[in-house]
Amino acid sequence: MKKRIVLIGNGMTGYKFCEKFVASSLVHEYELLVFGEEPHPAYDRVHLTSYYTGTVPEELLLAPAGWYAEHGIELRTHERITSIDRNSKTIISEKNLSYSYDILILSTGSSAFVPPIEGVEKKGVFVYRTFDDIDKIKAYIPNAKKAAVIGGGLLGLEAAKAVLDDGLPTSIIEFAPRLMPRQLDPQGAEILKSKLEEFNLEVMLNKSTKCIMGNGSVQGLEFNDGSKLDTDLLVISAGIRPRDELAKQAGLEVHPRGGIVVNSKMETADPGIFAIGECVVVHNMVWGLVAPCYEMAEVLVQNLQGDSKEFLGFDLSSKLKLIGTDVASFGDALVEDKNIKTIVYENKARGIYKRLNLTADGKYLLGGILVGEAEEYNMLKQVVNNKMVLPENPEDFILGARGGEGAAGISVGDLPDAASICSCENISKGQIMQAIEQDGAEALPLIKKCTKAGTGCGGCVPMLDDLLTHYMKSQGREVRKTICEHFNYTRQELYDLIKVNEIKTFNDLLATYGKGSGCELCKPLTASLLASIWNDVIVKHDTIQDTNDRFLANIQQRGVYSVVPRIPGGEITPDKLIVIGQVAKKYDLYTKITGGQRIDLFGARVDQLPNIWEELIDAGFESGHAYGKALRTVKSCVGSTWCRFGMDDSVSFAIEVENRYKGLRSPHKLKGGVSGCVRECAEARGKDFGIIATDKGWNLFVCGNGGANPRHADLLASDLDKETCVRYLDRFLMFYIKTAGPLTRTSKWLSELEGGLGYLKDVIVKDSLGIGEKLEQEMKELISHYQCEWTTVVRNEEMRKKFRHFVNSDQIDENIKYVPMRGQKMPAKV
Amino acid sequence: METQTITEVKEWIKAAAVEDFPENGGAAVLINGEQIAVFNFTNEGRWYATQNQCPHKGEMAISRGLTGDSEGHPKVACPFHKRTFSLEDGKCLTDEQYQLKTYPVKVENGFVFIGIE
Ligand SMILES: Cc1cc2nc3c(=O)[nH]c(=O)nc-3n(C[C@H](O)[C@H](O)[C@H](O)COP(=O)(O)OP(=O)(O)OC[C@H]3O[C@@H](n4cnc5c(N)ncnc54)[C@H](O)[C@@H]3O)c2cc1C
Ligand code: SF4
Ligand code: SF4
Ligand code: FES
Repeated sequence: MKKRIVLIGNGMTGYKFCEKFVASSLVHEYELLVFGEEPHPAYDRVHLTSYYTGTVPEELLLAPAGWYAEHGIELRTHERITSIDRNSKTIISEKNLSYSYDILILSTGSSAFVPPIEGVEKKGVFVYRTFDDIDKIKAYIPNAKKAAVIGGGLLGLEAAKAVLDDGLPTSIIEFAPRLMPRQLDPQGAEILKSKLEEFNLEVMLNKSTKCIMGNGSVQGLEFNDGSKLDTDLLVISAGIRPRDELAKQAGLEVHPRGGIVVNSKMETADPGIFAIGECVVVHNMVWGLVAPCYEMAEVLVQNLQGDSKEFLGFDLSSKLKLIGTDVASFGDALVEDKNIKTIVYENKARGIYKRLNLTADGKYLLGGILVGEAEEYNMLKQVVNNKMVLPENPEDFILGARGGEGAAGISVGDLPDAASICSCENISKGQIMQAIEQDGAEALPLIKKCTKAGTGCGGCVPMLDDLLTHYMKSQGREVRKTICEHFNYTRQELYDLIKVNEIKTFNDLLATYGKGSGCELCKPLTASLLASIWNDVIVKHDTIQDTNDRFLANIQQRGVYSVVPRIPGGEITPDKLIVIGQVAKKYDLYTKITGGQRIDLFGARVDQLPNIWEELIDAGFESGHAYGKALRTVKSCVGSTWCRFGMDDSVSFAIEVENRYKGLRSPHKLKGGVSGCVRECAEARGKDFGIIATDKGWNLFVCGNGGANPRHADLLASDLDKETCVRYLDRFLMFYIKTAGPLTRTSKWLSELEGGLGYLKDVIVKDSLGIGEKLEQEMKELISHYQCEWTTVVRNEEMRKKFRHFVNSDQIDENIKYVPMRGQKMPAKV
Repeated sequence: METQTITEVKEWIKAAAVEDFPENGGAAVLINGEQIAVFNFTNEGRWYATQNQCPHKGEMAISRGLTGDSEGHPKVACPFHKRTFSLEDGKCLTDEQYQLKTYPVKVENGFVFIGIE
């Protein structure tokens, strides 16, 4: 019989142990039973904020729920262990069940530290650590007008930014005289503070909270200096507290400041009990980042197998994510010593601060701080960790050449093979190069899949990119997302070439910039670009369109097409409804209401399309562009005209916006929505752009998605008047059209956009690139060229002729057959 | 070496006038009750013909596919699920199990003729 390992805690460290366990020889000797208190299997806590902004839990799981059983691990989630009996080697769970173990491992992590402030039990006070915490905050947000976050450290800033982006004015309260006191020096912290203030985050320093005011629920804070702050939502992020309660109860040694004490082999004083992760104190400290925790899991697996390995401490460099500006500190960031040399670069106007600490002889880098711009972070961290000798002018690191290639003369190529590139998974440069060179992992997703590098915090991804580029260059190759073998250009380059050279046809483009005859990739792409740039009638370019665009209808089973007239905002008169019914009846079309609030007519033969459309157009309909990579619908709720909750007239606004952008061609389809209040009946945040009425105006959300990869849209700007809202939309859509890759939806585009949402806001709202007016102008131009494609076709005999099945016969395609279904027809199987 | 079976053309059937076909694209013709896809590579001055039915799901759609080339070899992509086929020998380039029947084409006096075995 196998012996049994019981693992308490299915968090990030616990999962890592499982993963290393199944890959080790331990599987032959032991069975593994895992307990998790949370309802979900282990998830990526580091990216908790993306759960906040709408990523579904499944996407954040470290392994799918079925993975454990598939690997012979028994996982019991939602079952907290309440005590350990070391004599009988058993544990007891909250369900009063007991389980025996041969080896017990504690990976209980930590909880958010909540200082004993008067009033912390009030409604509206939260921490920021688990899915459950986030659910509670989200549920409370609609009741709140103003938020505060206690704690100006790494996590507090992240939480504050998330709540702010959700639409609440937010203040950060820090006890110390500066933000991120453990990572930044006063100068760096000051720059960060002014950066955050630019985003409208209020920063309050030197504040110690005396009590949380309010009657039952939080209404404000009172500080020791007598001052007060109004707030109705409070997030406490004042540090972490290792969960050592089980160990304490079992009589194991815990640190006076919290944490299960283990030695460098992860052993407690009980030879049958080990502990790993954020719940332990080793080398006299708690290691509150995932990389060292993962390393502990590795150390333990090795030791249990009988190999000897020790946890020797870990690099605690960190880079802040998701707060709209870059902040990083690495190595010895804060040393104050006469015997070292520091180089400082500060640009207050641009909000940049950089500091490097060097040895007195200037040969080695000890550490440093980067605020406002941190592209060099990965490289500098490598230089410190690998004790690389600095080049002659180390200041070039923070002043001159940047990026993976040759920051001050050191490039990724110079790193030793042993350099740890991905610290979360502990993957060295050598391993990555092997995957690229020998296993052919010549793209980022392949490298991730092959080596697991970049799958943790994601911080090393730019460096993976650099390694790949470096390798490709060394082979005389390039990594550029060029379109296909016929055009050695990216979509954006082609966009510019077409525009600048006023190219109007695919043939001209191919003759000037391409080769061969083109293909199914570059033809529709060019069609889309020509349409996005000139908004010309696409039927003129029919043979380079995907079939849907070629016949201005969606191809369906058996080669028949569907017809979708535009119904802006989903509003339709009874008379027009009757026309649709009559047309459908006459041509025997199957009718169905779509998800975009309009009516789809299925089963039209290609030769029927012009006749059907002629009748619809005569009744006042226009093309709905359901077939195009173009604006589809702007869905609306009924809004204030009828709904008792409505803040504003969402239907009128939806119609206005849909009519403004109808026919707009883009890299992929575009959908919008307008809701009359936060209840969001139009599901606007699941769209590429969503507009939601508030009591002060309109909130504009962007880059949401439904479909296969659902994502809630992010707030771009709040409380706008209609005019400004439309202006920002103009800019946003035009910026997307100009810069996105082919067939890239807005949500994917944003996730790949360097600088993310913060950058997008800068460009659109603050006009940081100074292109706002130009974008608006270009949009105006496009809109002015709009024409209903179907109207153009039905009024033109030559174009109508393109809609027939055979060019040598008027016979219809006999392959099309139907069978009846619920009083309508459906295509018969081939 | 691959062997190519040269089928003897028994009959050239007049399909339609050149201008009935789109430039650099395809169209279907009905010949002896059979649907045939004809492709006009205007830029190269070449013509190809294949069966119109896609062997993947049996859709009558090859003529509506996008044409182009892969390293100089002419091809067409079925609009349904983007299987691509060589227009030289009808082989499916993305999935070996499929094959299109091809037909010889000639142009005379402004008319397109399809060769039938
Ligand atoms: C918002 C946020 C952002 C972060 N960002 C970063 C970052 O950018 N970089 C970085 O390196 N780190 C970051 N961290 C820290 C990182 O998430 C932790 O270091 C890591 O999660 C520690 O893993 P763990 O498994 O030790 O603890 P946890 O992930 O906390 O897991 C412990 C699990 O054990 C369960 N448990 C506890 N007691 C019991 C019991 N008695 N019975 C059953 N189950 C129990 C808990 O419910 C929990 O699920 C971040 C953390 C947060 C909250
Ligand atoms: S979103 Fe608000 S205004 Fe619109 S229908 Fe729902 S409750 Fe009414
Ligand atoms: S969900 Fe799938 S089957 Fe349904 S309409 Fe969309 S693509 Fe077709
Ligand atoms: S029917 Fe042609 S590819 Fe599927």
